[in-house]
Amino acid sequence: MQRTDPPKNGHDAPLPHGLDEVKIGLARMLKGGVIMDVTTVEQAKIAEDAGACAVMALERVPSDIRKEGGVARMAAIEVIARIQEAVTIPVMAKARIGHFIEARVLETLGVDFIDESEVLTPADPENHIEKRAFKVPFVCGATCLDEALRRVGEGAAMLRTKGEAGTGNIIEAVRHLRLIQKQIRELSVTPSEERMSRAKELRAPYHLVEYVAQHGKLPVPNFAAGGVATPADAALVMALGAEAVFVGSGIFGSTSPQKTAAAIVKATAQWNDPAVIAQACRETGGAMKGLTMESIPEAERLAKRGW
Amino acid sequence: MGLPTAGVLCLQGSSEPHLARLAELHADGTLAAPPRAVRQRRDLDGLTHLILPGGESTTIRHLLDLFELTDELVARHRAGTLALFGTCAGAILLGQDDGTRPRRLGLLDATLARNAYGRQVDSFSAELSLELPAARGGGDDRRESASTAEPTAFHGVFIRAPRFVRIGAGVRVLATRAVEPGKSAEPVLVAAPGLLAGTFHPELTRDLRIHRWFVTRPPETPPAGSRHPIGAATA
Repeated sequence: MQRTDPPKNGHDAPLPHGLDEVKIGLARMLKGGVIMDVTTVEQAKIAEDAGACAVMALERVPSDIRKEGGVARMAAIEVIARIQEAVTIPVMAKARIGHFIEARVLETLGVDFIDESEVLTPADPENHIEKRAFKVPFVCGATCLDEALRRVGEGAAMLRTKGEAGTGNIIEAVRHLRLIQKQIRELSVTPSEERMSRAKELRAPYHLVEYVAQHGKLPVPNFAAGGVATPADAALVMALGAEAVFVGSGIFGSTSPQKTAAAIVKATAQWNDPAVIAQACRETGGAMKGLTMESIPEAERLAKRGW
Repeated sequence: MGLPTAGVLCLQGSSEPHLARLAELHADGTLAAPPRAVRQRRDLDGLTHLILPGGESTTIRHLLDLFELTDELVARHRAGTLALFGTCAGAILLGQDDGTRPRRLGLLDATLARNAYGRQVDSFSAELSLELPAARGGGDDRRESASTAEPTAFHGVFIRAPRFVRIGAGVRVLATRAVEPGKSAEPVLVAAPGLLAGTFHPELTRDLRIHRWFVTRPPETPPAGSRHPIGAATA
């Protein structure tokens, strides 16, 4: 049978046990879009006007958390509630890793998605939130396939890379996207009798290892996050198989947020058309300065939080 | 008309599951060609059927204007050469303006309220009652026979879904959802000449009936009097 471009994530296969079509459905509706970190109502409106498909309500953008230090927690309720009032697109918010009470509070507020995020200071040294118990969907970061499948096993409805937040440096997001795809390719040629052993090595739930081996894709969408600072960065991660893009400090840390936001939306929608990306690059404001990975001590790397 | 050529608007939203459904219809010989991902005006050439997917309606409208697709879609639909099927955000865009963002295309004589059930925690799935009239080809909806079969069940997934708050006289209801005992069922899928609009996501289930019905009815010229001004490029 002739095949056109096969869909990447999960549409053609029944969902594995424990996954929820309504939660994953919203992740699918966000595909091809840009989700922007915002800290004020004004920023949320700029994001919506620029074509963002959702906003992430935060107290501080990751680059400021990095600079200022201290314990980073769930945003103030007032900030989230005001942003929910100001825009009609979905509003997401972050909870600390393992902090299921912050998550319950965010669910009660009616946020549309919770990011259990390594950008905030982790609350539990061992456990992530048991996400299946919630009605609100969760997105979690993953650096590799096994981490991705552990989070899906806990009930995450969307994955994202753990690109080094607040750096304006795309290298880690690219590393995670490439690694996950390489591991999916390897698994899809692993014969069935070797998959249990592979699940043991990966430390990942067997039924999800089976799913990936059979379908050659993750059961939930995987977006790029961390380090996206320019329209070209956004197009790069899309070309590498990310299905949408989170942009944190890259927009409101740039010299002209309106222009940068609109240009990143444009480049994400037409990531395979270099002429459109060139135009978007021309229209953008100056990008944030950024940090190289070498300048960040191991202990301060956010991707190391969670497992 | 030969076999239809169908595509999906792929600017933002849940386009891939629609492409997968259309690929199945190509595989069984219903479509003339593999489904087309529509991102630019030139992608519309030769296309007879286009799906506007779910996603964020404000984002999709922004991108339709940015890439100069809005006027092209409307012109092709009005000329009777392009049938349109909007799901969720796509359905919102096909309807009439209600004073909220985004500006609507105003092609369908109906008005949809956005996020009418609430936020994501209020999203749900439900069994629907679906009645697809037998296609006669080329006819106006009102001349179409009453359905040839009893209503059948269809699994509907509603994600931050809109709701039809007004439906014009020339618009036919094809699927409904039971709300509460004693209340009349609410419309969730409607058709007009050359148009189909639903508030749920048939592309997320493996049931091909609605997609098949859409692509096997040829595009039609909307009747005179249903021509509403299209939204200007500014929202």
